[in-house]
Amino acid sequence: MILQRTSPPWLETPFEVFDKGVFTPNDRHFVSWHWANFPSQIDVDAYRLTVRGHVKETLSLSIKDILHGLPRVELAAVSQCAGNSRIYMQPRVPGAQWANGSMSNALWTGVRLKDVLDRAGIKAGALQVRFGGLDEPVIEGAPKFLKSLTIDHARDGEVMIAFGMNGEQLQLLNGFPLKLIVPGWCAVYWIKMLNDIEVLDQPDTNYWTTRGYRVPDTPHANVAPDQTGYELVPVTRNVPRSFITNIRSGDTVPAGKPVEARGIAFGGDCGVARVDLSIDGGKSWQGAQLGPDQGKYGFRQWRTPFALPSPGEHTLMIRCTNTYGEAQPDFPIWNPAGYMANTIESSHVHGA
Amino acid sequence: MEPEKDRPMLRALLPAAAMLGAALLPLTSTAAPLDALKSLDVDIPMSDATFTGPGADAANNYCLVCHSADHVLNQPALPRKAWEEVVHKMITAYKAPIPPQDAAAIVDYLARTKGTK
Repeated sequence: MILQRTSPPWLETPFEVFDKGVFTPNDRHFVSWHWANFPSQIDVDAYRLTVRGHVKETLSLSIKDILHGLPRVELAAVSQCAGNSRIYMQPRVPGAQWANGSMSNALWTGVRLKDVLDRAGIKAGALQVRFGGLDEPVIEGAPKFLKSLTIDHARDGEVMIAFGMNGEQLQLLNGFPLKLIVPGWCAVYWIKMLNDIEVLDQPDTNYWTTRGYRVPDTPHANVAPDQTGYELVPVTRNVPRSFITNIRSGDTVPAGKPVEARGIAFGGDCGVARVDLSIDGGKSWQGAQLGPDQGKYGFRQWRTPFALPSPGEHTLMIRCTNTYGEAQPDFPIWNPAGYMANTIESSHVHGA
Repeated sequence: MEPEKDRPMLRALLPAAAMLGAALLPLTSTAAPLDALKSLDVDIPMSDATFTGPGADAANNYCLVCHSADHVLNQPALPRKAWEEVVHKMITAYKAPIPPQDAAAIVDYLARTKGTK
């Protein structure tokens, strides 16, 4: 893993991992914590998940209740930090200097949040559901890390509480024993060491919901560095992305004969409709063959043969179009916090 | 990582891995397919790195309370105004108890060591 910060941990997935399979191995899943104060030791028997607030019955669920007392579901989904690829923003912006490795894809096993909420019984007038984990601020009075979803989103049957990741229990740093999975939304919502679910009948006013993690309310969250006068809104959904994983910028590629390009794509908060490769810097595009569909929120592998027409310098580009018909933009994305980067990736290669 | 016999190896690996800029976490091997979870006790690497050079005292006294020094050292060079905003955010949003004269010293240090020319 690439160490971005020791404490609280920021660990980035090395990019070559994405060439090895559609699911990211558990020991290569990126890690990001906001506060350093979280336990390194967890006793499964003592662990409880509380469901409280605007509900008919407060629940205190054990791990056994969750593993054996509720219907079990599985879902493939990409966990991606809102600030993935921040290091490429120009001008540079502060924050975790992620390259393209603050994303991972896993097959999550768990229970539907809806089933847990239904067991507690939502009272009429519920607006939002707020989630908290075992991590606590280091400084008294600092905002505990919490995120909220609307009641309809929380009850959509897709948001889940995971206890399994690629068939195994979660790694501690990925949120053992329970992690909220919000398919299609950025990883800031995927609360780790989830132990508190609070149903609210008032809008959540906590710092992380109302002031942290916001993007310009502009197309592609894109603004000019000197631009002012725009509204800020919470960063929420992922947007389409694609990557060539077997050829990197600076590589030498044989010219005049067929070569395979391959990689991964994801649609954001919907599936991948198509992936196109350009070998002429974006003037023309050819469709790639898509690999097996593991679920619309996961990585989709793709591959396609191509032949560089001549020796010399060439620019390969890869573009995902999602099932909403949204394609990756061909212009740079910039905003002050460095979120939602999804410009078409380019690889500059040398034909020989 | 949780079988007792594996833990001394993990302890030995993690500090070395952290020095190399990598953290190695071995795959968890649960025999049964998620019929039960096993309790975990993991060593999380810490850092004792500090800021160095003239004017580093305030940064060492306040910044390292919440995060390790590599958080700052891995940031890009930024204009002085951007560093002022970062320190302001640490105080107002994250409640870092930094007195004004120390906040100014931290901004000076950051602008000098991580500033744009």
